[in-house]
Amino acid sequence: MDKVRITIDGIPAEVPANYTVLQAAKYANIEIPTLCYLEEINEIGACRLCVVEIKGVRNLQASCVYPVSDGMEIYTNTPRVREARRSNLELILSAHDRSCLTCVRSGNCELQDLSRKFGIDEIRFMGENIKYQKDESSPSIVRDPNKCVLCRRCVATCNNVQNVFAIGMVNRGFKTIVAPSFGRGLNESPCISCGQCIEACPVGAIYEKDHTKMVYDALLDEKKYVVVQTAPAVRVALGEEFGMPYGSIVTGKMVSALKRLGFDKVFDTDFAADLTIIEEGNELLKRLNEGGKLPMITSCSPGWINYCERYYPEFIDNLSTCKSPHMMMGAIIKSYFAEKEGIDPKDIFVVSIMPCTAKKYEIDRPQMIVDGMKDVDAVLTTRELARMIKQSGIDFVNLPDSEYDNPLGESSGAGVIFGATGGVMEAALRTVADIVEGKDIENFEYEEVRGLEGIKEAKIDIGGKEIKIAVANGTGNAKKLLDKIKNGEAEYHFIEVMGCPGGCIMGGGQPIHNPNEKDLVRKSRLKAIYEADKDLPIRKSHKNPMITKLYEEFLISPLGEKSHHLLHTTYSKKDLYPMND
Amino acid sequence: MQAIYEKFSEENINKLKKVINQLKDTDGSLIAVMNEAQEIFGYLPIEVQQFISEEMNVPLTEIFGIATFYSRFTLKPSGKYKIGVCLGTACYVKGSAMVLDKLKEKLGISVGDVTGDGKFSLEATRCLGACGLAPVMMINGEVFGRLTPDDVEDILKKFD
Repeated sequence: MDKVRITIDGIPAEVPANYTVLQAAKYANIEIPTLCYLEEINEIGACRLCVVEIKGVRNLQASCVYPVSDGMEIYTNTPRVREARRSNLELILSAHDRSCLTCVRSGNCELQDLSRKFGIDEIRFMGENIKYQKDESSPSIVRDPNKCVLCRRCVATCNNVQNVFAIGMVNRGFKTIVAPSFGRGLNESPCISCGQCIEACPVGAIYEKDHTKMVYDALLDEKKYVVVQTAPAVRVALGEEFGMPYGSIVTGKMVSALKRLGFDKVFDTDFAADLTIIEEGNELLKRLNEGGKLPMITSCSPGWINYCERYYPEFIDNLSTCKSPHMMMGAIIKSYFAEKEGIDPKDIFVVSIMPCTAKKYEIDRPQMIVDGMKDVDAVLTTRELARMIKQSGIDFVNLPDSEYDNPLGESSGAGVIFGATGGVMEAALRTVADIVEGKDIENFEYEEVRGLEGIKEAKIDIGGKEIKIAVANGTGNAKKLLDKIKNGEAEYHFIEVMGCPGGCIMGGGQPIHNPNEKDLVRKSRLKAIYEADKDLPIRKSHKNPMITKLYEEFLISPLGEKSHHLLHTTYSKKDLYPMND
Repeated sequence: MQAIYEKFSEENINKLKKVINQLKDTDGSLIAVMNEAQEIFGYLPIEVQQFISEEMNVPLTEIFGIATFYSRFTLKPSGKYKIGVCLGTACYVKGSAMVLDKLKEKLGISVGDVTGDGKFSLEATRCLGACGLAPVMMINGEVFGRLTPDDVEDILKKFD
């Protein structure tokens, strides 16, 4: 790469010729404030907080989109720059609903941070603001346009990363808002509930639908037997909400906290991930051996399922009929566990702690109802659980470790890696290879499906047969993969899709960090997931003794009648714009 | 795509199809297509925007964003007679806002709306280039100048 020589605030630097001024400043350890900037996703120079002075250029320039050139002299901290940034920030603040005290993002808000950093003590531009209704139509996501700063980060994420196109810019000038088309709610848009917009939002304009009140009520209700389960990705992220380093594994503390919150039983969704592998692995073998629909595509990610039903209905028959792990867990809790403990399943309230907002939608899918009951009654995101722990005065960081309850608390390493892209694939391969070859294969770490690449492809030899696999993370990448299949450019036997880029570890329900940290966050959580896998004595789903017991005592056989009734589901084509009137 | 057929004639839809086929592969042709669509249907209802979205493989959010950004595009059908009152500087100074208020009162609608019988629609426009006649309004291309609020009733009667 060609380099150019620049000076920035008097510091000489040599930087790649394709750098923007913002990148060059970062390289020279000079911080420039940003708000609308989201690396590689939203680089549009809209907020004007990153303006700088460039010698020989009359107007201030937005550094996030201004390219460097040889001999350029950049000034990032002149009175003119400071005053312009300050005015721009005040203008943004003047149109912002500044009810910070009651905002879900208070304490973790980029606008609040900027205001503090700039030392804003008054807003000179006061005028009338339009008061918007919140959009609470979606079962998973709430939009509050009053808080929106029009940075477009959510729009860019929804459109360019996820290829969902649920929201866009509407109207013009002062009346501009981010919204679905035709004044409809998110429930009448192509929204797949993935929640990546929440992760992209610098403020409190988009957030998850609250389930904490529902859970508090259930915990207080003496008649209710309240059972909680935790997804694999939560344990490597929850600690971040309490100031612990990215990727801290806090499984034991989390279980302790849940017990202190008053849940009657704390189970591990990883157990159900193992169960999913038994069912899904056998489903794959059945499709391979009996000429079923291929490629088979995983169905653990409800965001992905929503995407498939809306954008690629022709692939519905390719979807595994397996419910996602936490739904399987709910079904098993309200049948096997209830029977074993002599509890009326109608009195059981199942709560799932998930890194995901789409799970809030998933629990209400009519196809998931078993014997008139929902498998899962409430879904808390990692963030909501952290809120409950804080509200309850639990000193999370100093909690001792506790173990999950049994019989549904035991899990294998295969269950843990469900939390990362490639994990479901690897977990399935660990089991399928053993079944086909009829032995305990020692080489079961499938490096080729690991890592954060958008699409991973591999050919795996199982019992002398070549299995072609692919892994996609983020629905935008899933789209690319499916288009390849549609155009006859590729052929696979088995595909894993996770709706969020990076997989569940980067789900829409996970702790939110400054986007500049995102890469580090992603890598740390990923590393933690595979560490947690390595730490476990059992690393293959079918070796989980509790799973064996569940089949012996209750389910009888994989894909059997009970499994079909409790653990499998169906899908249907959905309109992109399901207008409800 | 079905929705458009329930609302509009096949003839008009085919006209739009032709426009789309002509312009589809030209970069930046979306606004031109939307403009033609508005010429054909008089406005850009959701069915038409969805049709363009599917035929041109452009997300509806983008089309809707454009349709609500440019004041040229309208999401509501216009009346048989389109009234445009100039709120440009000269007309405004000469009291066109009062003419507009009178129109609102007489028609019982606000700016951007259509009367219940579909007869009149009311728009506030930028300068119409007839400042010498200020304040002016236009009804289906016919210019009425040097208006006072009292003229409104008689002019409307002409279109009965």
